[in-house]
Amino acid sequence: MAEYEKFQHDVLVIGSGGAGLRAAIEASATGVTVGVVSKSLLGKAHTVMAEGGVAAALANVDNRDDWKVHFTDTMRGGQYLNNWRMAELHAKEAPDRVRELEAWGALFDRTKDGKILQRNFGGHKFPRLAHVGDRTGLEMIRTLQDHGIHQGIDFYQEYTVISLLKEDGRVTGAFAYDREKGRFKVFQAKAIIIATGGMGKIYKITSNSWECTGGGISLAYHAGAELLDMEFIQFHPTGMVWPPSVRGLLITEGVRGEGGVLRNSEGNRFMFDDVPDLYRHQTSDNEEEGWKYTQGDPNAKRPPELLTRDHVARCIYREVKEGRGSPHGGVFLDIAWIKEKISNAPEHIKRKLPSMYHQFKELAGIDITQEPMEVGPTTHYIMGGIKVDPDSQMTAMPGLFAAGECAVGLHGANRLGGNSLSDLLVFGKRAGEFAAKFAQENNQAPIPEQQLEQEAKWALAPFERGQTEENAFHIQGELQEMMQDLVGIVRTEEGLGDAVNRIAGYWERAEKIGSGGNREFDPGWHTALDLKHMLTVAESIARAAKERKESRGGHYRQDYVEKSDEYGKVNISVRKADDGSMEVKQVVKDPIREDLQQIIEELG
Amino acid sequence: MGRVKFNIWRGNGDGGQLQEYSTEISEGMVVLDAVHQIQAESAPDLAVRWNCKAGKCGSCSAEVNGKPKLMCMTRMSDLPQDKPVSIEPMRAFPGLKDLVTDVSWNYRVKEKIKPFKPRKPDNDDGTWKMKQGDIDRVQEFRKCIECFLCQDVCHVLREHHLHNEFIGPRFMVYTAALEMHPLDTEDRREQLKQDDGIGYCNITKCCTNVCPESITITDNAIIPLKERVADRFYDPILNFFRLFTKSDK
Repeated sequence: MAEYEKFQHDVLVIGSGGAGLRAAIEASATGVTVGVVSKSLLGKAHTVMAEGGVAAALANVDNRDDWKVHFTDTMRGGQYLNNWRMAELHAKEAPDRVRELEAWGALFDRTKDGKILQRNFGGHKFPRLAHVGDRTGLEMIRTLQDHGIHQGIDFYQEYTVISLLKEDGRVTGAFAYDREKGRFKVFQAKAIIIATGGMGKIYKITSNSWECTGGGISLAYHAGAELLDMEFIQFHPTGMVWPPSVRGLLITEGVRGEGGVLRNSEGNRFMFDDVPDLYRHQTSDNEEEGWKYTQGDPNAKRPPELLTRDHVARCIYREVKEGRGSPHGGVFLDIAWIKEKISNAPEHIKRKLPSMYHQFKELAGIDITQEPMEVGPTTHYIMGGIKVDPDSQMTAMPGLFAAGECAVGLHGANRLGGNSLSDLLVFGKRAGEFAAKFAQENNQAPIPEQQLEQEAKWALAPFERGQTEENAFHIQGELQEMMQDLVGIVRTEEGLGDAVNRIAGYWERAEKIGSGGNREFDPGWHTALDLKHMLTVAESIARAAKERKESRGGHYRQDYVEKSDEYGKVNISVRKADDGSMEVKQVVKDPIREDLQQIIEELG
Repeated sequence: MGRVKFNIWRGNGDGGQLQEYSTEISEGMVVLDAVHQIQAESAPDLAVRWNCKAGKCGSCSAEVNGKPKLMCMTRMSDLPQDKPVSIEPMRAFPGLKDLVTDVSWNYRVKEKIKPFKPRKPDNDDGTWKMKQGDIDRVQEFRKCIECFLCQDVCHVLREHHLHNEFIGPRFMVYTAALEMHPLDTEDRREQLKQDDGIGYCNITKCCTNVCPESITITDNAIIPLKERVADRFYDPILNFFRLFTKSDK
């Protein structure tokens, strides 16, 4: 039997983005030993790309805000499919989690009286997003990183987990390799927290970085955990569309929060034409009032550009489809127009949206202070993921926890901007706390040697096959195209069925991938191993989307365009059956607690 | 733009050579796109580090035609087309494989710098008051994406290999962000002088010139730190007063 290097920790965190780092810091503070495994270098995770801000009802800018309003906004945004307990905890605890970052060195933009400044964002009733220009994610990850490295945590950078190890129905560790040399590593742990983020890389047009391959969701699924709401994918309305090589790159919602407007090729602000009933009473019906809202007038209602992302994305899709799009298949997002309203507009835009200015100048040769941007929807976020207990973040597998984008519950059918950064702080902390508690109360279960051998054999198979016709990059490319076309922003029964069949074909081809290289930092091999996760997650999305025969939030069915009360009562659950097949079923939601229902009725 | 030739460094820590590739370039492509295309077409084992492809994570640092650059922010149309584009790893760090270098030294350096130590909160709820004007300059430093291009180009590290005596521009900026943080109460001047080797910097501004975030590293971070160190250790009048007082910050 082969000997692998072994590491032992009370708590093992997989992923070093915001949720993983926050979890590790919390677990470590209880005195247990903590290891963090990450595919990339520390501080490079996808959190770094978050732009607009972190949502928390600090009430620094509008004192009418409180947790109840934030809770209500989150539930409405999620079209009431959210786990209400998570939405409650999140709204209550986000302010403390943000303030805590300041104690660790974060420097948020300030109000005139020296408090943390908050900005408007889609679906949030009051200015609620604490931010640093348009680089809030960088500020957060760097704060957590620079604090975390002094907490006695062991970091394993550029290590990738292949699978979770199980013994007697419990997770006991993880089997991994280091990217540099390709050597296998065994991590033993009493509790494991999955914090691996999203899956944007299974789509062609995405704002996500390379590592967003759905790895953690797939690891949990194969270990026996339950997935929920996988059909709900957030297509962010404003990604770049030109030039082709940057298609999908994110343009922060902050552009619209600062007064940017959407127009079609005819110059119309088309968002005024389609306001959903759920939001009609909160939305302005004239341009002047919308502008006043973005400039902080507490009596003005929001412009329709700041409706929820699912809705704005679909409106853009419609404009393009009906022939009113921009030259490269998007619509126009214009912030330059504010020069009609304020005297120093170009400087103001550069100060408020520095990376947007930079990004367009460098990559598209466009000066956003002078001309409009071309924008279109881009795959941004998965609302669904690993089912967890709302308080402890533990999955159905004892000792296995999940937090952040890879977990499910807070966002329901659609996430509000700014709620992901607060999600990863609130539930990252909780996962760390409860995983540490679990580790203190339980012994280390043994490592299953036989499983190690199987996993190692599977992982090395591409080298055994040597150079073949199949190449992981090609299959990944085809998967991305297919998901974009068939499981994208508009879906049909036929298309989803076709998607499931094609994924079955990719599974077969993935078993034939060969590699003529060696194990040292070989991206072809890394992609071959990641493909298992990408296919698992793609299949679960397609199957769940097929099961939900209605349109709601981030799931739009051309053949069932209306929302259905029946489907409003259920979540779609995906689980690995005993025979290895993917089992999909509807599970009835827990009825909401009465006092929370009352809050929704009073504030709605 | 048609087909473009590339000379890409292939090798490991022990050595290597430039290898020729060519690929089709279309409008708007950046150097990292070309590397990915080459990877998918003919070199699946070509090692390259990248994450966001949006200039925000600082992972894809390399030397493009001899100049330190983020590959994701370097457009092909900005490079001369009449000769092959050369892509090499950052040379101030040990090579691991192809374009990937061992940057772990940077992480070790950061750990040794005294961490943030805030003053007591101003308010009962544990919060502080800070004016925007007082944090502007620190926010400039906190834009850093840790791409380490400034480290790569710094001659103290690149030519003289004084990694054990000089922390490099990145960590001067990091230290400046801590020292000038309105809430911080730690004193890092002794560390700057003794362990961090601030005296090695002779302000040639090479670091400032390559910073993709346009941080004015030398003028805004290193020179003010040098002044603080000089005030602390070399000001004769202040030294005289220090004989009678304990305060030295």
